[in-house]
Amino acid sequence: MLFEYSIIAGILLGLFYALMAMGLNLVFGVQRIINLAHGDMVMLGGFGAWELYYGYHLNPVLAIVVMVPITVVVGYGLYYLLIPRLKSAVDFETLSLVLFFGVSQVVEALSALGFGNNERSLPVTSIPSQPVHLFGQFYPADWWVAAGVALPLLGIFFLYLYRTRLGRETRAVMADEHEAVSVGIDAGRVSAISFGVGLALAAAAGVLAVFVFGGVDPSEGVSITITAFAIIVFGSLGNPLGTVVGSILFGVAYQLAQVYTPSWSNLVPYILVIGTMLLRPQGLFGRRTRVA
Amino acid sequence: MLESRSVEKPAAGVFRRKTLLLDLLAVAVPVVGFAFGINIFANELLLVYMMVYVALAHGINISYGFTGYLPFGYFGFFGAGAYGATLAILDLHVPALIGMLFGGVAGVLFGLLLLPLFRLRGAYFAIATLAAGEAIADIVANPSLQSVTNGPYGENLASVYSSGQIYVAALVFMALALLAVVLVKNSRFGLALRAIKESEYSAAMAGVNVVRMRSLAWVIAAAIAGVGGAIFGWATTVFYPSAVFDSAISVFAIVFALFGGTGSVWGPTLGTVLLYGLYSAVGLSSPQYFQLIYGLAIVVLVLFAPRGLVGFGRAAGRMISLRRAGANG
Repeated sequence: MLFEYSIIAGILLGLFYALMAMGLNLVFGVQRIINLAHGDMVMLGGFGAWELYYGYHLNPVLAIVVMVPITVVVGYGLYYLLIPRLKSAVDFETLSLVLFFGVSQVVEALSALGFGNNERSLPVTSIPSQPVHLFGQFYPADWWVAAGVALPLLGIFFLYLYRTRLGRETRAVMADEHEAVSVGIDAGRVSAISFGVGLALAAAAGVLAVFVFGGVDPSEGVSITITAFAIIVFGSLGNPLGTVVGSILFGVAYQLAQVYTPSWSNLVPYILVIGTMLLRPQGLFGRRTRVA
Repeated sequence: MLESRSVEKPAAGVFRRKTLLLDLLAVAVPVVGFAFGINIFANELLLVYMMVYVALAHGINISYGFTGYLPFGYFGFFGAGAYGATLAILDLHVPALIGMLFGGVAGVLFGLLLLPLFRLRGAYFAIATLAAGEAIADIVANPSLQSVTNGPYGENLASVYSSGQIYVAALVFMALALLAVVLVKNSRFGLALRAIKESEYSAAMAGVNVVRMRSLAWVIAAAIAGVGGAIFGWATTVFYPSAVFDSAISVFAIVFALFGGTGSVWGPTLGTVLLYGLYSAVGLSSPQYFQLIYGLAIVVLVLFAPRGLVGFGRAAGRMISLRRAGANG
């Protein structure tokens, strides 16, 4: 019974994790930037939903629709503000890590100043809240809502990446930036848009995270970034489908750990990231990617 | 990257002697300063913490500044040291000063455990050590291990507290860490590390034993963090796992080192004294403003001054000597 419960719960949460980690993978895949502020964008998404709910009585799911375009524009601007200067550095990847670490500190500090240090949560009644009964077990409704919102958003993302001109250009830059430029693709513009899309995915996940994690607080960013990073390394860096599969496997592993050894379950993401890097650095589907 | 090439010119013997003298001054000035500082500024605990952070910043200096590996999970060694020392003192009943050495041993053991991570490069290494640091923090604080580590409820070293001993231990420890950096910087070992940082492949081709050199630097950095954590725990007396396994410790050490400038003996010390001083002045009462300041400092540093304060000093010195050369010629 508990086993089936862990599997189903793991798949539901896995879809949410996929949404949470996808942006990080996109940004890494396109520009080799490790966006350590990714988790803070998730956090900001949560606070955005809170403000929209209490300020404008906006349903959290609709808040996603409002926030996505705004975040894309912000990310586009942020990209041009930070990255071109960094591009000339010798040790670009490590420096991007340090740079975005600084950005993450600034975001955390500003959020703590602006929103206060306390955890905030949204009322469960703002989304359907009746627990779902399935195969003799009850599942919290917000897990179904999170999975139900994440799945179409991921679908739209895959359509964008595989069925539009911009998505094709994005994949070209991911494969080889110099080749992409030589066939006339504006790599800077594509990267800036991808950065915005990556942040928008994070913000969307952030809205759902308020329910899945039971609240949002300014200091949650780092652990979210580590979890997302563990997932994308596990599912192969630069491979979007790998992130989805990796997330679901991670969700199931985490739920199994929660059910059978609850006190050790927090170790799952750390073991996952270290284990993958040491045993299979190219990840589950090591194709079209670089090796860690 | 250019600077490391231009600093080490084997032929220029006078130049080298001059830098060695400057480096030794960079050991003597902080040691004398902290030895007498206690007479001027009476907050002993703050000075002990500052000395520990000077040493930690130099640990980052050895690992990142010379070798190019950024250990984001440095706090893991620090916490391992704090717990290693505490368990040695409380369970093995060794004297507190000897306990500090056990802290170093714990740091080194954790470091050896992480050696396989060197298979990873750059940012991957940084993240993997971060995950390892979080993992050991979770293990030590786990309620299942309460009989060994007292789990989440922390440790109490009040029985061996001795403010005089702690201060002297911190001073000696900082002096040793600084000396280690001077030795690394002015030896063939340091030259080998820089060669590895520039290009692992070329270094290996030139006969540098990459694995051994890198591991040695790593062990030195781990030992510094271990002893640092031990002294921190001793001075703090009562601490929870979250206090010694705090990612803010890595962050501080990295920011202090980068702010001052890595690859030098003066830089990390200056960075620590200035920024930790600022932290003590404004950070304790309003941590968010301090977090904001150092976050912005990192962004500005990475984008505009990747060589830190020392980089400014060097650039100024170069300009003066160029101007002088111009006047003579």
